[in-house]
Amino acid sequence: MSGLAILIPVALLMGLAGLVFFFWAMRNGQFDDLDGAAQRVLIDDEAIDDEKE
Amino acid sequence: MNAVTNPDALKADDGNNVVSRFAVPAIRCAGCISKIERGLAGEQDIFSARVNFSTKQVAVSHEPGLREDAIKNKIEKLGFDAQILADNPLAEEKGGTDRLIRALAVAGFGMMNIMLLSVSVWSGAMGPTRDLFHWISALIAIPVILYSGRPFFSSAFMALRYGRTNMDVPITIGIILATGLSVFETMTGGAHAYFESVVMLIFFLLAGRVLDGMMRDRAREGISALLKQTAPGAMVLNDDGTTSWIASKALRPDMRMMVAAGDNLAADGVIEQGASNFDFALMTGESEPQHKAAGDLVLAGTMNLTAPVTVRITAAGADTSLSDIARLMDEAGQQRSFYVRVADKAARYYAPAVHSLALLAFVFWMLAGVGWHQSLLIAVAVLIITCPCALGLAVPAAQVVASGALLRKGVMIKDGSALERLAEADRVLFDKTGTLTLGRPVPLNLHHFAPPQKQIALALAQASNHPVSKGIRNALLADDVTPAILDAIEEVPGEGMSASWDGLHVGLGKPVKRQDHLSCQLTIGAQHHAIELQDDIRPGAVEAIDRLHQMGLPATIISGDNAPSVAKIARAVGLTAQTGASPQDKLQLISKLTASGHKILMVGDGLNDGPALAAAHVSIAPGSASDVGQQAADAVFTSDSFLPVALAVQTARRTMHIVRQNFALAIGYNILAVPLALTGMVTPLIAAIAMSLSSLIVVGNALRLNGAAK
Repeated sequence: MSGLAILIPVALLMGLAGLVFFFWAMRNGQFDDLDGAAQRVLIDDEAIDDEKE
Repeated sequence: MNAVTNPDALKADDGNNVVSRFAVPAIRCAGCISKIERGLAGEQDIFSARVNFSTKQVAVSHEPGLREDAIKNKIEKLGFDAQILADNPLAEEKGGTDRLIRALAVAGFGMMNIMLLSVSVWSGAMGPTRDLFHWISALIAIPVILYSGRPFFSSAFMALRYGRTNMDVPITIGIILATGLSVFETMTGGAHAYFESVVMLIFFLLAGRVLDGMMRDRAREGISALLKQTAPGAMVLNDDGTTSWIASKALRPDMRMMVAAGDNLAADGVIEQGASNFDFALMTGESEPQHKAAGDLVLAGTMNLTAPVTVRITAAGADTSLSDIARLMDEAGQQRSFYVRVADKAARYYAPAVHSLALLAFVFWMLAGVGWHQSLLIAVAVLIITCPCALGLAVPAAQVVASGALLRKGVMIKDGSALERLAEADRVLFDKTGTLTLGRPVPLNLHHFAPPQKQIALALAQASNHPVSKGIRNALLADDVTPAILDAIEEVPGEGMSASWDGLHVGLGKPVKRQDHLSCQLTIGAQHHAIELQDDIRPGAVEAIDRLHQMGLPATIISGDNAPSVAKIARAVGLTAQTGASPQDKLQLISKLTASGHKILMVGDGLNDGPALAAAHVSIAPGSASDVGQQAADAVFTSDSFLPVALAVQTARRTMHIVRQNFALAIGYNILAVPLALTGMVTPLIAAIAMSLSSLIVVGNALRLNGAAK
């Protein structure tokens, strides 16, 4: 039973952390362009090197 | 990693950059993304560019001094057609969905944690442990209900204030009663608390709202990417001879704008200098250009095709003819706001039935002498078990799945109520130009021409922006013709193109309107050849009309064009037609048919169809339609084919069929569950299982619509 005193707050805190992370992701625009992320994987990296030069 | 910037960089960080947005519909692959982002980021004065692939938009962060149309040119130089996006007029409700998603996330968090505690209570926690768990549940549930329940509370409050009821009223009453009883149970150490049921109810209903909101946003974003922005501003000629760029809303009468060929007019005005052809398609829906010279009136939203002109502004902003039509549309659209959505219609019968049932249960058990506490428990169990999940979740779920299926076929439905109204339509009216036809002239007799003639025609046509030239160019390019090499290509305003080919004078004359088609003359030396052009019927038009007819929707054409042009199209598709109709005529016909009990589906594109589109029971516009047409319509189809119109009606009807099935499922489930609740046999455990099971069943049924648009 004494385990509950730790386990319940831990469960709640983990849930809250997930909620806060989700809110942060929404505010940060992580869900604005869901299809774009799938396409960007295909962009070659070499052009980035050109820009660094 | 391979993103040129991160999204944060686009939020004005040093206050020294401006973010402009552009619609670039041609973004189709990863290559396009990198080409645009790297191409723009390399430019001076541009800090960064970020492509949003889902909405086909580019956000550019740049120096305040850089003009939007300069950036537009840069994007076009990279090989993409771009439109400047002003503040999106359709986006006013954006943000509503974000609030709902946050409420849904909070409800989900609460639901999971309370369920964790409830499961231990159900599996036999007794005495102080159970009380402790109930207390913790209450501590989680009360803030969650207050936060996530707000959309329901405020909507119910608004409805009650105006003496109406909607489906949020029974939901709110159920939530408040069940929460109140559960808090009381917790304080008195009772056996049953319904916190998890309340939060779960909120979660499921919010899921329905979120689906509904996402569907609306998706269509809005798609449509705003299509909107052809009517001139964001104009080059204004100052008195001292200098020019400056002034935004549309800052334009005032008596300013003089310089309008280059290919530009849209930002305001109404009178031509002071020069003469040119104007594309009035936005106003009249007809593709044939009109010639205007000094002293003639030209209107905002029309496009200057051939030569630069100077225009003295007579009306700007809200005073233009464009805005007049917008006002006419607003009035026409009023009656549509009285439409009651199917879920609210059902709630009108459902809510009183459920409430009186709960009340009756309470009274019966009071009379039976079990005491008010037990009677109230039973009444609340009835309220919870009859949760209107089918109304709140199943209807939006079915509509979202159906609109997603339609989106893949190129039809964007603006909201769920549009689908409901589409299913009810029993008559169709079509506009002709741009709706039944493609709205652009296509050459008919080019295959009779010899190869050198085709090459000369192409070389001449590709040097001009005129819609007829574009039609000829597209047809010849599709034929793999290479242009001839010409010297001294010149566009003579009002006359056409002229050039020399091996010393021979060649030319493409301005189009002349014959009875039902356009004709323009190709001159090579002394020889003259007529190129006949016609605005072609959309592919699939006949099949679509046939399908609509089979579904019991008779169709008629109503067009502003002259009788011979319309007759030809009408014969080809086998419909009767009314010709020479003004926007008011169209509006009148619709009011007349509506008054005689018909529910009209209007399909039209032009600004002249705007009022009719807004007044009809439901309306569809093609993606090539004017902005006004697209904003007034309930749905927009983006393909050249006309078939999506029939598909949309068919899918809407299947959706309503599924919705009715879901109602039947919900009622069937209630018939099974309510007697249990009435006899006092429902515990929180049974309520939770029954609620999630019924929700899953109706959502599963809605998913069957996924392949509906065939």
